[in-house]
Formats: sequence, structure tokens, C-alpha cells
Amino acid sequence: MSWLELLIAIVFGIGVLVFISLFSLVAIWFERKVSAHIQDRLGPMETGGFHGWSQTVADMIKLLLKEDIIPDAADRSLFKLAPFVVLAGSIAAFAVLPFGAHLIGTDLNIGIYYVVAVSSLVVIGIIIAGWASNNKWALYGAMRSGSQMLSYEVPIGLSLLVPILIVDSLSMQDLVAAQRGGFWNWTAFSHLPFALIAFIIYFWASLAEVNRVPFDLPEGESEIVAGYHVEYSGMRWAMFYLAEYANMFLVSGIAATVFLGGWHAPLPFLEVSVETNPFWHNAVGFFWFAGKGFLLVLIQMWLRWTLPRLRVDQLMHVCWKIMLPFSFANILIVSLWVVLAK
Amino acid sequence: MSELKELDIPLGASPEKISRLLADFEDVHGERLMVQMGPQHPATHGVLRVELVTDGEMIAEAKPHIGYLHRCFEKVCENLTWPQIVPYTDRLDYCSSMNNNLGFVLACEKLFGIEVSERVQTIRVLVAELNRIANHFIVIGTYGLDIGAWTPFLYVMQEREHILDLFDRLCGGRLLLNYIWIGGLSHDLPEGWLRQVRDYLDYMKGKIKEINDLLSYNKIFIERLANVAVIPAEVCIQYGLTGPNLRGSGVKWDLRKNEPYSGYETYDFEIPVGRGEVGTVGDCFDRYMVRVREIEQSLRIIEQAVARLEKMPRDDVKAAIPKRFTKVPEGEVYFRTEHSKGELGFYIVSNGKAKPWRVKCRAPSFSSLSVIPKVAPGLLIADMVALIGSIDIVLGEVDR
Repeated sequence: MSWLELLIAIVFGIGVLVFISLFSLVAIWFERKVSAHIQDRLGPMETGGFHGWSQTVADMIKLLLKEDIIPDAADRSLFKLAPFVVLAGSIAAFAVLPFGAHLIGTDLNIGIYYVVAVSSLVVIGIIIAGWASNNKWALYGAMRSGSQMLSYEVPIGLSLLVPILIVDSLSMQDLVAAQRGGFWNWTAFSHLPFALIAFIIYFWASLAEVNRVPFDLPEGESEIVAGYHVEYSGMRWAMFYLAEYANMFLVSGIAATVFLGGWHAPLPFLEVSVETNPFWHNAVGFFWFAGKGFLLVLIQMWLRWTLPRLRVDQLMHVCWKIMLPFSFANILIVSLWVVLAK
Repeated sequence: MSELKELDIPLGASPEKISRLLADFEDVHGERLMVQMGPQHPATHGVLRVELVTDGEMIAEAKPHIGYLHRCFEKVCENLTWPQIVPYTDRLDYCSSMNNNLGFVLACEKLFGIEVSERVQTIRVLVAELNRIANHFIVIGTYGLDIGAWTPFLYVMQEREHILDLFDRLCGGRLLLNYIWIGGLSHDLPEGWLRQVRDYLDYMKGKIKEINDLLSYNKIFIERLANVAVIPAEVCIQYGLTGPNLRGSGVKWDLRKNEPYSGYETYDFEIPVGRGEVGTVGDCFDRYMVRVREIEQSLRIIEQAVARLEKMPRDDVKAAIPKRFTKVPEGEVYFRTEHSKGELGFYIVSNGKAKPWRVKCRAPSFSSLSVIPKVAPGLLIADMVALIGSIDIVLGEVDR
């Protein structure tokens, strides 16, 4: 690796961290506003003047200044380690997320496989958090999280196989490149209705992966208080929060990449070709990619403020008895389609 | 681990069935864990502590511990003069203080032999039903919260807010009202108040459907509640459950119909009972749905009461209030009313002095809570939350 490549990697790493932090700041404020408007409220209106835009900034300063509380009976080292593992798991997956034609950390030839593998690290962090807190509710949250996330890895993996079958590559950029030329070429719409079903299964299962309603059992407020992060406060708690929002964008970004054309525009003329201007090509690509990601994040928020929570047995029921058979049938049919189309 | 049989519990199986299924799988049981649910738990509706012995997520035993909000209501009553007790009853079930007032006041009036005018009776019915709606809105909203739906809570709180505003204009209080006095009312209806109640009735048209669309008939909500924590009618009667909890189990028992007071017999309304429309009769959904339907019936009663009051000439609502309470008849009395949570009874012993000799309050929440150890075994932790929410307890009333 030459020093230039190293420099690019470092710059991209910093860029991703900045993006995640900025995204979280905006998304937390946005979620407050979305929830408020869904609930017929106004949400933050004071801090910073215009619609309380700096509320999250103020909250972050508050969280930074808060006392760092570690329970006496907690396993100190693991307790401190857990938020980092959770955050690291989600940040690591950003390395292969294609923000634009050239805006990608590294275009691994097993990109999508890497994403699925690395994002599973999160569950280890959550189990560490639940165990190290020495709190029974936290333990419940960790156990729920463990069973839930491991179960939902399966439909996620199976539904991601569908675009892989169609494109015949595991690389993220190859997956995006295959979907160029208008929204009818996007994986979700090119093999109707099977790839669309795969998209829906992926999106639904990814809600469980990131512990969002209706699958927010690991932190079910009214059942197990706050689940695995009940003993956390201050900045450590904020890291869980940051990881949650990073994960929200991550799963939305993957969905956008593999199913919704990635950084391609819905209509071909809305793009700048890479020959005319590489900078604007990437900038416009980033706009479309972030836009699709944000749209899916918005849907996640919308669901969260509308739906109740499933019970733990129903959660497993949905995963193993509904999503899994559908995913298998999907893969079978799409494989046949791909083979016959050749 | 060699002979792990497959444990196949069907979705929404009754607790008995789950216990029976579990009995065959003693060998797969893990260690039991004791968890303290409360007193600072978001879903225990106050300072209730439930001692849970859990087997994984399954509850093996549940023991409610009460007393965190004990304020010696009954003993304090022995040291207060008769009218002074009325505001203290507000604090029993602070979500429906109008109904508390009514229960105590009617007991006292029966003891003292006071007759109030028809207009006062009608106003009492009107405000009691408004308060019942306010109470049921809290139950529905917080129940949504318990199940994990945040938004309906804000919606129903908004509808409730209008009722609190009406009370504010009526007597200056919003939560603790002290409006119904022995022999009358604290204030007459303000000018234009009935008009505002009519506006509220118009505003409420279609709101019940909105709640049903958003929450009641939500697929996930139904899945969470159907067949969960079934309380059969016999168990309800054995444990003294009353009100919506009893009616949710299919028993048509409502004191407003069965032992009418304050002229309830002259109103046209129905008693909604649990029908087991999505599961078994007496499950959480039935108890929830009975409350939603009771709001509709209360609106009907209010409409009739408003129509009557508009025709009645104004009279002095304080006319029947005794000049002084220093000499009251001796004797004892028990009077029960249909409170929003169930049967609120007051047993009062008077020795003719300015203060009662003994006041015993039969609190509906207290009896409702007693059913938890019976029903909880076999439920999941999430179902436990659904059970506590569905029996609608207020700790102010349980502990008194």
C-alpha cells in the first residue's frame, strides 16, 4: 500500500466518522420533529432559534459534561468496552458503503458479505453491555437482543442473496453498477415481484437488526425498563445512541445500495456522467444515495411512532415461520429466473 | 440435553395450556431468577412493586407488594369533619376524582337522609361521566404505551385535556376537583358551560373511530392482547373484580343499571361486555375494548344529561347542604357506586359527632390487583405488562 492510498483511507475514515456524527445530529433532531408532528406536538422549538435546530448539539454537550457513573457491582472493564464494540461494529461496516462512484472506503470483492459479518459485531457489544451492567433488566435486554439479532441475521442474509444472484457479484460497486439507467433497472423493480419481496423482507428484518419498533424488544421501555443500556449514562449512553442512528443509516444505506440503485438517480438524465465532470458525478451520486438512505430512515421513524411492539415469541414466529420460508422460496424462484434468462 | 423434546407452544395459548405444556418439559427448565418489577418501573402505573420469579421470559410466580403510597386515608378520615373528607377522597383515584366525590357524598347523604334536587343529580351524572371518559382515556393511552405504541397516548391525552378544561371552568380544578359536596355542589354551572359540553360532544364524534383505527384494531396490538391473561368470570367474582374488568369477562354487572343511583335509571345507555371478539372472553383485549365502548356510552349519557339541563330552570345547587355538620344522625351506612375502575364502596359509621367514627373504603383497584398472582403464572414478561395495564389500577387507590 502506497502512502497515497493510506492517506486516502485515513481521509475517508475521518469523512465517515464526520458523516455519522453529522447524520446522527441531524437525524436525532429530525426524529424529534417527526415524532412530534406525528403526535400533534411541535417538538423542540427554542434552542438555536429556527425550530430548535441545535437541540441535539446542546444535548450532546450536556451528555459530555455529565458524571460518568459505573455501578459498583459492574464489571468495570467490560462495562467501559461495550459501547465501543457496538459503535465499532456499525462504523466498520461503513467502509464498504458506496456513497458515490469513487466515494467508497474500499470496494472489497466480498463487500456485502463483509457488511453482514461486521454488523453482527454489534450484538456482541450489546451482550457485553447487558452482562457487565450486573442488572437483571439489562441481562434480559441482552438476551433478547442476542436471540433477536441472531435470528434476523438469517432472513437478512437470505434476502441479500437475491440481488447477489441477479448481479452475480458480492462487490458493492458491482451491485450498484448493475442497476444503472433508471429506476426500472433497480434490483427491487427489475425482477418483479420477487426482488421487491426480498427488499421488503430485508427492510423489515433490518428493523429487528437495529432494534427499532416494532422489534425494539431489547430496549423495550415499558417491559424491561431500557434493556441493555439501563445502567449507562452520559457519554457512554450517547455512544449507544450514536450507534443506533449509525446503524439505522447503515441498514438503509445497504438497502439503497443493493435494492434501490445505490448512488444512481431514478431517471438517467438526472445524473452527471463521469466523463463530463467527475466531481459533480460523485456529488450528485452522493445526493441520491444519501437521499434514498434518508428516505428509508424516515420510514423507520414513521413506523416507530405508529406501531406497538411485538412480543418475544411473536418476534421469533415472524422470523422463522414467515420471513424464512418466503426468503427461501424467493431465492429458489430468482435462481431459476436467472438461470433461465441466461 | 440428549432428550430435548420440541416445545411447541401455539401463539396466544392460554396460561393454563402453557403451564400444562411446560409441565412436560421440567427437564428443560433453567434456573429461576427473581426480578423486582418496580417500584420504579415504567409499566407498573405508579409505585407498585411486583416480585417476579421468572423462568427465562416466562413468569412462574408474581407477588404484588403495595404500600408505597399509603397515606392513611381511612384513619385520617376519622380526624376530619364530614365536608373536609370530600377533597381527601379526590386523592384516592386521582384520575377520576369526580367519581370518588360522588361515592363518598352519596354515602353521606344516605346516612344523613339528604335529598338533592333533580338538577343537582343531573349535573352530578354529567360530571361523573365526563370524568369516567377522562379516566378511560388515560387507561387507553397508557395501555398503548405499555404495549409500545407511543403516539395514541398523546392523542387521547389531547381529548382528555378538553375535559380537564371543562372542569377548570366548572370549579377551578383540573385533576383534584372537590366539586360534589354533601348535599349539593361547590359551584353552579358557569354561563355557557353546557354549550361547551355540547361542543365537546361534537368534537368527540369520530374520535373513537380514530382510536380504534390507530390502536385497537392494529394487528400487532391485537396479537399482543388476544388470549393473553384470560380472567374467567368465576375468577373475577371470586377475587372481587368489578367494573370494566368484570364486564370484560362477560358479566353484565353495572351498578348504574343494577342498583341505580342519582337517577341513572332514567338514562338510556348500554353496558358493554367482553365478547371475546379476537380471542377468549376475558382476555386483555376484551378488558381494553370494554373501556373504549364505555366511552361511547358515557358520551350518550352526557348528551342526555345536557339536553335535560338545558330545559331545567336554574336553582340553588347548595340548597340542600346542611348548615352545620356538628350534629349528624348516628348509624352506619354502606353505599357503593360504579366508579370508573369498578365498584367504589364506602362503609361509614357515625356516632353523631362532627367527625365520622370509622370510614372504610372498598377500593376497586385493590381487588383488581389481587388477581395478579392468580393470573400471572405462565405469562411472559411482556404479557405481565399487558395484564397490569389491562386491570387499570391506580396506586393512590390501592394503598389509600
